[in-house]
Amino acid sequence: MTPWSRKHLLDIESLSAGEILLALDTARAFKAVGERAIKKVPALRGKTVVNLFVEPSTRTRISFELAEQRLSADVINFTAEASSLKKGETLKDTARNLEALNADIIVIRHSASGAPHFLARFLRASVVNAGDGAHEHPTQALLDAFTIREAKGRIEGLNVTILGDILYSRVARSNIWALTKLGARVTLCGPPTLVPRVFEQMGCAVTYDVEEAIASADIINLLRIQHERQRKSMFPSLSEYTSLFGLTRERLRIAKPDALIMHPGPINRGVEIDSEIADSDRSMILHQVTNGLAVRMAVLFLISGGQGPQNIAA
Amino acid sequence: MPEHNLILNAQTMQRALTRIAHEIAERNENHAEVVLVGIQRGGVFLAKRLANILGGIWGQSPPLGELDVAMHRDDLNQHGAPRIHPTVIPFDITGRTVILVDDVLFTGRTTRAALDALNDFGRPQRIQLAALIDRGHRELPIKADFVGKNVPTAPNERIDVRFAEDGGIDEARKVTHDPV
Repeated sequence: MTPWSRKHLLDIESLSAGEILLALDTARAFKAVGERAIKKVPALRGKTVVNLFVEPSTRTRISFELAEQRLSADVINFTAEASSLKKGETLKDTARNLEALNADIIVIRHSASGAPHFLARFLRASVVNAGDGAHEHPTQALLDAFTIREAKGRIEGLNVTILGDILYSRVARSNIWALTKLGARVTLCGPPTLVPRVFEQMGCAVTYDVEEAIASADIINLLRIQHERQRKSMFPSLSEYTSLFGLTRERLRIAKPDALIMHPGPINRGVEIDSEIADSDRSMILHQVTNGLAVRMAVLFLISGGQGPQNIAA
Repeated sequence: MPEHNLILNAQTMQRALTRIAHEIAERNENHAEVVLVGIQRGGVFLAKRLANILGGIWGQSPPLGELDVAMHRDDLNQHGAPRIHPTVIPFDITGRTVILVDDVLFTGRTTRAALDALNDFGRPQRIQLAALIDRGHRELPIKADFVGKNVPTAPNERIDVRFAEDGGIDEARKVTHDPV
């Protein structure tokens, strides 16, 4: 059994399969806490957690915040719009100031890849990556793996298709690392401009044949088309994307009858997914939200106990 | 070389449990009120065995729960993150007599964490504590109601308890390390 010895959670790439499984097992216990009448445990009582969200986020921040409160931590929310970062303070100075308040854990969301690794290099506090640029979103990958394992009973040997905007997606990168380490076969599919072949180097397959990608899948993980990150048009129009790669009712007919649909949210109804599929029994979307809370509680718990060698950048 | 002293073998462990079960039955005349909750991990095995023996005495086994106290401990930073086992208490503990079962009673901190955790599940009428081994060195005002064996120890000694359920044999050993 792998013990947890990490002080930070910066990425999935540097975790072992054993560490990922330990985090998922721990999350199972925390999910049970959320199903009790009293949903709070004292594990992080007296600890201070700062949510440093330099890039806007609603669902991830709310999920982390509730996870922290359910662990009895004191929580400070720090958003870019209403902060000294707007006044020209550097990220390093902001983080140092937060640490001077004796913050124990800093949860950071930042548009620059590697920002959490940078903080971890000089802070005494633990750092949790809540999404850094197009690099990684480790807690999303853990909650996706947790959801798959809960629904299917295993991850090893499953075919997982990730469909959509891979190039700009930190969710895709973290998912590829986590799922391949746990023995799933991962296939990426989408417009060639958004799914370059170079991803094959991460140990997954790349196809531009959407029917093939859907037909073989046990899990279809849809990614949002991130209009806001696409500076120049990577495909002609959203409606063309839908007609070529959207998960429509017709396309879902060729999927395995027990194939499940996932999406990290927020969903663009009618773009990457038909509205009625999103609301169907096969959609895991709301389970992912519930499981995200449990996974984040588990991560905060594990890093608070970590006493081993500090894990700095991978 | 660490020195191992056998404290309990399979037979004496079973005898200790039988005696504890009879003491529980004697102390709790209204057995319909009694539930057993084992503290992960050894306490869960012991609680199951006690429930079986009590089933023989009462004609009906008491309800059985499992409790992991890791989330309620006060020393998370001192030991590193522990592996958490399931907590399953499939009945309401409010108004019942909860018998907490642990393998080794030492500082009392596990018991304190268990008392806190139970609080979140309801309000028992009373809580009693059963421990297979009491090794002393309490750091909190906690005392077991039922003890299988009292074992005097030095603080740096360790008690290793193994169970057949874990794929071995039943035994408890005192492990003494050479002074450094």
